[in-house]
Amino acid sequence: MTNYFQAKNISCNRGGKCVFKGLSFSLQSGGALILRGPNGSGKSSLLRMMAGLSTPAAGELFWNKENISQDPFFHRDRIHYLGHFDAVKPALTVRENLAVWQKLRSNSLSGKQEEKKALERALKAFNMTHLVDLPARLLSSGESRRLALARLLANNAALWLLDEPASGLDDSSRQALEKIVSEHQVAGGMVVISVHGPSNLKNTHTLNLSLKAYLK
Amino acid sequence: MKVFLALLVRDLRLAVRQSSDGVTVLSFYIITIVLFPLGLGPNPQTLSSFAPGLLCVAALLAAILSLEGLFRSDYEDGSLDLMAVSPNDLAIQVFAKITAHWITTGLPLIAATPFLALLLNLPVQAYFTLILAMVLATPSLSLIGAVGASLTVGARRSGVLISVLVLPLYIPVLIFAVSAIDAALLTHSPKPHLMLLGAIFAAALPLCTIASTIALRQALE
Repeated sequence: MTNYFQAKNISCNRGGKCVFKGLSFSLQSGGALILRGPNGSGKSSLLRMMAGLSTPAAGELFWNKENISQDPFFHRDRIHYLGHFDAVKPALTVRENLAVWQKLRSNSLSGKQEEKKALERALKAFNMTHLVDLPARLLSSGESRRLALARLLANNAALWLLDEPASGLDDSSRQALEKIVSEHQVAGGMVVISVHGPSNLKNTHTLNLSLKAYLK
Repeated sequence: MKVFLALLVRDLRLAVRQSSDGVTVLSFYIITIVLFPLGLGPNPQTLSSFAPGLLCVAALLAAILSLEGLFRSDYEDGSLDLMAVSPNDLAIQVFAKITAHWITTGLPLIAATPFLALLLNLPVQAYFTLILAMVLATPSLSLIGAVGASLTVGARRSGVLISVLVLPLYIPVLIFAVSAIDAALLTHSPKPHLMLLGAIFAAALPLCTIASTIALRQALE
């Protein structure tokens, strides 16, 4: 089944100032949307709107023709949101950090065995298996970013909303990230990524979007 | 339920490993009470007549101390964003955090109270009521305090702001807790006061959880 994620004429105001307006896009299963623009052009604000954390000043966001604000619980169930911060607790171990968020996103459908498998797979994808029992306060900033990224694989979600996911990552982790993003697309998922500078993401479904054009 | 337990266990683990808030609250409570005999003079009669009020006010001020950290660290490190986009109800997660807060700050307060009452020469017949009043009052302190904490989560230097917001709301809890203990001292029945304390708790349970959830969503916008 093909899913559609669309925006129609959405606007964003920050502190009474218009950040962008009249923004529209359409994204379908397997597609990726890359958000580009200078600082303050509203990339993070747009991602927060897509996540349902804030509402657009005007316009609407649709999932399969249905407004996302109509059923926020269903919308939250199909997204993974990764913001600027890693949400890693220094006092918990790597495994505990990951397990808490996995349980927080779990629904009654997911079995215990599957969850355990997904957790191991997520740790392996970002090469963190040897760090599992280490307290997160001993991780470097790049490693804690990898831990945040590993959450993407710990639960299934159709739409990934990634706010500058590659910041602070080394080359091999960037490649790991690109790999899981393209695998996610091949499996029929969608991705929205905000990027600074050139992106090495090679995928045929890339939809370029320049927020600059909408700046007032 | 799974979500509630996951967050509760997480917060308790964090509290045990960092052991900051609970210890601060408890030591503040003990130190303030120990200071009163020094300030008021060691006369046992004076102390025992002031004991109910002193214990309740000190417990209330100690509870205020820990509120700033309730949602602060989750707000700052992005955990709150993830809770808000979880497919499970945010209110359940907020309630788990409030429960963890009560276990780490309310329970130590209750445990320390009988020893501190001994220090203030509180007559023996009031002990049972004192503990009962504390058991009913401390959850309300955590619940009402959570509303103040979530309203000020985005503000700088929120500690002072929380006190100003929350202390007036603590007044009913203080009044009924003190009057229950006073009633027990005068060998009246403390039952009506305790029932009113229970009623405050029962009302705060849903209302404060919901208010706190709404305030947090607002802070994330």
